[in-house]
Amino acid sequence: MQSEALLKQKYKIRGGDFVNAGESSLRIRNTLREIGIDSDIIRRIAIAAYEAEMNVVMYARRGTMHVNVYSDKILLIVDDRGPGIEDIQTAMQPGFSTATEEMREMGFGAGMGLPNIKKNADAFKIISHVGKGTKLEIKILLDGKNG
Amino acid sequence: MTLIQIQELLQAALISERGASDIDIKFAKASDLMSDVLAFSQPFSDRNTLLITGLTNKQVVRTCEIAGVGAIIFVRGKNPSTETIELAQDCSIPLLTTRLKMFEACGILYINGIKCAHPSEDTKNGNAV
Repeated sequence: MQSEALLKQKYKIRGGDFVNAGESSLRIRNTLREIGIDSDIIRRIAIAAYEAEMNVVMYARRGTMHVNVYSDKILLIVDDRGPGIEDIQTAMQPGFSTATEEMREMGFGAGMGLPNIKKNADAFKIISHVGKGTKLEIKILLDGKNG
Repeated sequence: MTLIQIQELLQAALISERGASDIDIKFAKASDLMSDVLAFSQPFSDRNTLLITGLTNKQVVRTCEIAGVGAIIFVRGKNPSTETIELAQDCSIPLLTTRLKMFEACGILYINGIKCAHPSEDTKNGNAV
């Protein structure tokens, strides 16, 4: 059974809002710094959160990002209302992207977002329904091997 | 290497100075892909990495803050918007601009001792020429 979260936060993300994209991830990073989480763990969470947040901004209508801190791990759950991912296996391949020219001009949409999240997570799960939305569950252990 | 030294080597102008005084650059990465910058980031304690890029939008600064990059230099004479400069000031990430091309900027920094921020395995093991 999972122990109770020591800290729970929820952030709303607006699809298409490129001006504020990344602010939720920076807030999460700042909060984790304040509570004294190890800097390498924070770096991994911040990168995973930022890539996930950019995905919502780029592809979905709206989304929420939940961060739950436990004594032994941090869970990041990003849930969006958007087009969903048709083929998750293909989407996970580095370099695969359905990004528009506008997204690419901003330096995103190179097909590295999901692989980058996977690289920084100790566990990473994608649940997606085409036409409805996508949910990412990212777990990072506080004494993780990945760092 | 201080930002003043980098400025001289790359004939660069300092666009945003906040955060510049205590920076000692040892590594650099050159990319216009923000996911690449994130994929090879340094721990937060190290603000010793410089990003060389041709992109000037706000997301470049946000990406650098997330990735723990210490300073940004824009190549090919590019200048960022006021919004980008303001965000960089808020984050204390100094900004420079040079008329040099990305390849030239990388070459000059490399021969002056700046190392690659994400060396390949061969280079790390000392096998590269």
